[in-house]
Amino acid sequence: MIDIAITHVFLISALLFCVGFIGVLARRNTLFMLMSLEVMLNAVGLAFVGAGSLWQQADGQIMFILILTLAAAEVAIGLALLIRMQHQRHNVDVDGLSKLRG
Amino acid sequence: MTLEWIFYFAAAIAFVASVKVVTGENAIHALLYLVVSLLAVAMCFYLLGAPFAAGLEVIVYAGAILVLFVFAVMMFDLQGDRQPAVFQQSWSATWLGPVALTFTLAILLTYILLNGTFDKGIEPGIVGAKQVGIALYGPYLLAVEIASFLLLAGLIAGYHFAKYSTQGEHR
Amino acid sequence: MTALTLLPFFPLFSFLVLIVLSKRLSWHIATAVALTGIGLSFIASIVVIQSLNVSASSGEGLTQSLWTWFMLGEHEVRFAFYVDQLTAVMIAVVSGVGFLIHGFAAAYMRDDENYSRFMAYMNLFICAMLLLVLAENLVLLYLGWEGVGLCSFLLIGFWYKDPDNAIAARKAFIVTRIGDTLLALGLFYLFMETNTLNIQEILAQQQTSPLSDEAAWWIALLLLGGAVGKSAQLPLHTWLPDAMAGPTPVSALIHAATMVTAGVYLIARMQGVYLLAPEILNLVAWVGCLTLLIAGIAALAQEDIKRVLAYSTMSQIGYMMLGLGAGANVAAVTHLMTHAFFKALLFLGAGAIILAVHHQQNIFKMGGLLKRMPLISILFLIGIAALIAFPGTSGFVSKEAIIAELWQSKTAGPVFWWLAVVGAFITSVYSFRLVFITFFGPYRAEHELLPQRHGLIVLPLVILALLALGGGYIPTHLEQVFSAPVASQHGPAWLHTVAIIAPLLGIGVAYLLYFPKTESSPAVPGTSSVYRFSHNGLGFDSTYNALVVKPFVWLANINRKDVIDLLVQLISWNTFTWHSAMKAAQSGRLRWYAATLGLGTALLLLGVIL
Repeated sequence: MIDIAITHVFLISALLFCVGFIGVLARRNTLFMLMSLEVMLNAVGLAFVGAGSLWQQADGQIMFILILTLAAAEVAIGLALLIRMQHQRHNVDVDGLSKLRG
Repeated sequence: MTLEWIFYFAAAIAFVASVKVVTGENAIHALLYLVVSLLAVAMCFYLLGAPFAAGLEVIVYAGAILVLFVFAVMMFDLQGDRQPAVFQQSWSATWLGPVALTFTLAILLTYILLNGTFDKGIEPGIVGAKQVGIALYGPYLLAVEIASFLLLAGLIAGYHFAKYSTQGEHR
Repeated sequence: MTALTLLPFFPLFSFLVLIVLSKRLSWHIATAVALTGIGLSFIASIVVIQSLNVSASSGEGLTQSLWTWFMLGEHEVRFAFYVDQLTAVMIAVVSGVGFLIHGFAAAYMRDDENYSRFMAYMNLFICAMLLLVLAENLVLLYLGWEGVGLCSFLLIGFWYKDPDNAIAARKAFIVTRIGDTLLALGLFYLFMETNTLNIQEILAQQQTSPLSDEAAWWIALLLLGGAVGKSAQLPLHTWLPDAMAGPTPVSALIHAATMVTAGVYLIARMQGVYLLAPEILNLVAWVGCLTLLIAGIAALAQEDIKRVLAYSTMSQIGYMMLGLGAGANVAAVTHLMTHAFFKALLFLGAGAIILAVHHQQNIFKMGGLLKRMPLISILFLIGIAALIAFPGTSGFVSKEAIIAELWQSKTAGPVFWWLAVVGAFITSVYSFRLVFITFFGPYRAEHELLPQRHGLIVLPLVILALLALGGGYIPTHLEQVFSAPVASQHGPAWLHTVAIIAPLLGIGVAYLLYFPKTESSPAVPGTSSVYRFSHNGLGFDSTYNALVVKPFVWLANINRKDVIDLLVQLISWNTFTWHSAMKAAQSGRLRWYAATLGLGTALLLLGVIL
């Protein structure tokens, strides 16, 4: 449909990924970590779809669908854990979980 | 040329919105920025010739997953950082390390991408829902099954973890 | 030959019954079981001896093979018994005297809370000793040998709650262990040279293709080492006086029927090998000779009635060794038998006395017992008479026979004769020192005597006293086993007279030195340094302590942190260090993990680029 160098797509993807990664590393609020993870997953999805378009194959989109599934499952479990955490500890600070270390 | 510019514009919106998500204070605002970011990426998908993926992005990601987020945040009061004062650190202490690490990673990635042999441009063409469906239920059938198991596991785990315990907390 | 098959298993069976049912058995039942086990053994051994005398007058023995024990390379080691006249004497003594001692022990230990356990160990002791003497091959003999060592350990330390007893038990076990090790080495050497451990095959081989001089020398020496440990001879004799820590019937059993005679039996049994090594035979004679003198001197200064008897045992075993060394085998084994009679009598008599005087063992706290317990005293005196070889007793028959052969022996000689006679003199001095201090003079104990009523105390003593008097005349047919005595013609005529007079002289000397001259004169132990030295067994214990025990303990102490252990510790140190390093990474901080993941990815990418 459009004529863009694939490198640009990948660079955008990498950029989004890095932003998400920074969020995961920097935020202590678990909710924001989850959202950052979504950003990262999304960035990877972009890379797959871009690669799919490059070859004009469906595989890229299928990978994206799988990522979507993964994201759905992850969010379901992550939010459940978050609710549990809020219930028990009355905050969602991820560092507070370091008590669980072996 | 217009379409290319639209692509870059959507990508810019996605980047800015993502940054706002990551740095946000208010959870609801951050979620709305995330929706914006997802919609912008959906735009990119569409422009890359993947309308099916774009549709899924909007319907499933922005529509379902993010709504799940919003419900969870609102119903269980998972509002933003309401941390005790002792946890508060200076801006630099919080961000310097992650940014430095990620910057290194980004430079490496960029180096690899720019030195790669991707001289080929994206061919103008559309990979439609039909193609994707055929591939999905053909060669990728096993992956679909596995994904269904993953969703089942997510369902059970989500139910189990979020269930309100009447017998006190298991610590 | 059912009797022969079952012979050692009767006591084993009663041992099992006693040890399994243990405290559930009343005194009567436990006694019945224990005595039945030994009694059946004794009856069986009589039957065996009868059939032996009937069937084989030529000197051939009876063999009874039970099963193949294991294969030693291509050589079968059988669980088999062999009986000839030597074994016949041994089984009769072991089971017969053992039976009488068991009877006495039943009364002596009646009030002990672990009575069943005691009788069980005693039965096992007899069983092990019977296996030892019946063994057709040296492996089975070694089994009995070790069994005897184990039982002596268990019984000496029977009252293990007193640490001294436990130490004595340990000492007996460890010291005899040295001998056992030498014996084992001897057996290995023997097997290497002869390719068999069957005793009769080995002895038969010596007739056709004898061992080389060197091999015979070493084997004989190593076997002597084993015998010396078990029979409490110089230099491994130190355990025996301490073994008095056990109950008195145990001492009687160890000294009379089992254990210490094992060494004598071994040397007598392997005589065919010893004849090939006259130097070692000479050494045997020297060991016996020195032991009998040293033990006699030590006995002169003992205050504990049982220790006097213990030293006298050592010295009597010394006579047996001397006899074996000099080639007077028949006399030596006869002395073994008569010694079993009178030494069992002496120990059981001492036991009866100790019971009567409230477990007092110091002879200086007794005195005047002849008037107070005349029956026991007279029985004890009969034992003493046999011990000093008073003419007419069994000890006279056997001991004079040994001494008589010394003068002409090739491996002994006049020197040994003189030493043996001096030993006989000393024997009589310390024996009558014991008699005079214990039975004469004023009564010095703090409490009145306990009355003795139990028939089981007196009856064995009476039987043993009869045996001590006439036991020397029991026909043994030992000459079928051993080659003819070395000296057929005797030495000068005065030898015999001197040998008879020496003990009588000893009585006189003892009378002059120790007899309480007036009814009130107190008997006191000596205080001189010579007396102390002799009292402490001529310093062997302290010498061994300084030379062996202390350096060993010192070595063990400096090696407390085992050198070899360091290697093993290196493994654990390695694991532990890595664990510590890994543990630092396991902080539980989720974001830290994510950062590590990112760093890892970065490094990976860097690797791709480079």
